[in-house]
Amino acid sequence: MKRLAASKMERCIGCYSCSLACARLVHKRLSWSCSGIRIHTSGGMSSGFEAKVCVACDPAPCAEVCPTEALTQRRDGGVKVNRSMCIRCGKCAAACPVDAIYLGVENNKPYICIHCGRCVAFCPQGCLELVDMETSQPEPNASSETPKEADHA
Amino acid sequence: MPDAPFRIMHMDLDSGRGKVLEFGDPAEVLGGSGLAAALFEEYGDPEGSWDDPRQPLIFVAGPLTGCYPLMSKTVCAFLSPYHNQYAESHAGGRLALALRFAGLHGLMITGRAKRLSCLTVGTRRIDIYDVDYLRGKDVFGAGKLLRRISRRSMSGHRTILRIGPAGENGSAMACINVDSYRHFGRLGSGAIMGAKNLKAVIIEGDGDLDLPGGKDYNSLYKELFGQLTTTDMMRKYHDLGTPSNLIPLNELKALPWRNLQATTDPGVEGISGEVFAEQLLLRQTACSGCPVGCIHIGLLRQQFAKEHEYLYKQVNYDYESVFAEGTMLGLTKASDVLALLDETEKQGLDVMGAGVALAWATEALDTGLISEEETLVPLAFGEVNGYVQAVAHMGNKSNDFYAALSMGTPAAVAQYGGGDFACVLGQEMAGYATGEVFFAAQTLGFRHSHLDTGAYSYDQKVKEKDAQKAIDFLVKDDVDRIQLTSMVSCLFARSAYSQERLQEALAAVGMTATADNLLESAKKVQRMRWRLKCRSGFDPINAKIPKRFTEITTWKGSIDPEYMEQVRMGYAQAIVAMAAMDEEPETES
Repeated sequence: MKRLAASKMERCIGCYSCSLACARLVHKRLSWSCSGIRIHTSGGMSSGFEAKVCVACDPAPCAEVCPTEALTQRRDGGVKVNRSMCIRCGKCAAACPVDAIYLGVENNKPYICIHCGRCVAFCPQGCLELVDMETSQPEPNASSETPKEADHA
Repeated sequence: MPDAPFRIMHMDLDSGRGKVLEFGDPAEVLGGSGLAAALFEEYGDPEGSWDDPRQPLIFVAGPLTGCYPLMSKTVCAFLSPYHNQYAESHAGGRLALALRFAGLHGLMITGRAKRLSCLTVGTRRIDIYDVDYLRGKDVFGAGKLLRRISRRSMSGHRTILRIGPAGENGSAMACINVDSYRHFGRLGSGAIMGAKNLKAVIIEGDGDLDLPGGKDYNSLYKELFGQLTTTDMMRKYHDLGTPSNLIPLNELKALPWRNLQATTDPGVEGISGEVFAEQLLLRQTACSGCPVGCIHIGLLRQQFAKEHEYLYKQVNYDYESVFAEGTMLGLTKASDVLALLDETEKQGLDVMGAGVALAWATEALDTGLISEEETLVPLAFGEVNGYVQAVAHMGNKSNDFYAALSMGTPAAVAQYGGGDFACVLGQEMAGYATGEVFFAAQTLGFRHSHLDTGAYSYDQKVKEKDAQKAIDFLVKDDVDRIQLTSMVSCLFARSAYSQERLQEALAAVGMTATADNLLESAKKVQRMRWRLKCRSGFDPINAKIPKRFTEITTWKGSIDPEYMEQVRMGYAQAIVAMAAMDEEPETES
């Protein structure tokens, strides 16, 4: 089983293509928020970017507090989402230790990464990858290796 | 997404209240450039004064904003303090997407706040804060404090527009800084915010929108994304960025040096795109919704005390800024250019205006038209320290000379002379000494941006001197670019978004009427923009190209003044005709 890893965020240029792709392809929204992965700055444009995305907890605190089993534990980490069960109480977002669950402004609907990897192809910088859950080790960061050609363009 | 009217927030600073307008038919006004002009026609007074608080300051996105890659720009429209004419300026950053995700296509601001203020707009909020404590703060210092008063959860999902001392002081070269590294640079939009007592605008993109299309939309998005990121089409913009043009233009003898006293110089080796990238490039960054990432950030390391005491700054550079505050001032060391750009950013000045104006001031000082009594500091080509101090004097209008200069080189020329060597083509020139067609086109250009038309490219590609052919090219290229700036696309994506591609993109989001009308409506927008500009005082027939532009030599040889004047006059007549085309004939009362 795979999980999404935002393992090379130091390469991020802040284009939001990943968030827009998740919103567009998974959640059928035009948004940079209604997405399983959201990009933020940590103190203005000069400070670089960070990704708010599920880190595949096992056990997952969000699933543990979910009162309806809309969120259930996914094997090896993360959660499975059953939207029809969700009553939009927001407890999952409060329980997430890394602020990775976004609640929609209009309807309190939770947006959480399902580790499908559809955003990966839309990152022009190679910041994101799907990694094997069993080893759960992302590829070594390029910054600690011999520089190689960037994936961009 | 049907062809529904645009949703505009009209904020009146006099009353402190906002009003949502449903304005304009997209099939008629398109969006962006067209929407801005239509709003100004309705709410502005082109015959009035730029600093009348009733005049609108307009920020608008377009129908495709956020829907496709590189649909990432915002159009700002206002009456310019530079020449009191209707003006447009474009910027990227996060503004376009923040507007759309705030549920708006545009924000129009009228009136004047009682005290220096910050306006915050989001899906469920309009707040005006008193920020008198930011008076006189430079752009970076203000940015840090503004981030504190904005909701922390919105970091990365908001835009912060702010002005520096230049905007507060009403400089005609004052820009509006967008998210630290982008700008509404030209024609003094920052002074409009100053005149409205508005230090900053924060727009929170805290909402979301229905997906505008289905499978066709998704597959078109994917195709465009692939075209823009995996082919060579956009590589140059990300790799070295626009400074990759420095060496080729220098080799062409088309790079302005030392107030256009020369068009080539071996000193380019110290400030080429390659040198910046290899020695000072810290990282690239992007506008929201653009996977290209053309914004280049350089590392400026400065020693501030003895021994090993250093500070560092992150400074944005690109071709135009390296020209204006590099070659134009004879600077041949990349870190010197970054130091000057940093000070210009702090003051909130248009870097092109400031650099070219200081080049004129340097020659005026050298020829004795002015003295150090005026400049306060020595100005000499190649000496960065004087320029850093002079930029601060411009931002603060330290004396009569800098007060005049900060209103534009023509204002200083009116007092001190030296018009023959003022490198002004309507506004301080852009960095392309490519020849007659570019000089004529920029003199009459709508934004005085080199991207108004492809005249710099025309000069390089077309050898024959056929004025009518050049004029026809300028008129057609203008309307082609208006289609893009109405969507609102980055003009770097012009090779990806042909007219047919734009129509396909509009149809895929359900805007079929706008798609069908695209070309005809763009021509109408072209006429509306020129009409507004002419009504506000633009006189293209009598626009002048200073003598300096006739004295240079490019790879093609000497400039041909006769050909240049034929192109200028012919294009001027075409503009006048376009401006008059839709005007209603006067009737007897």
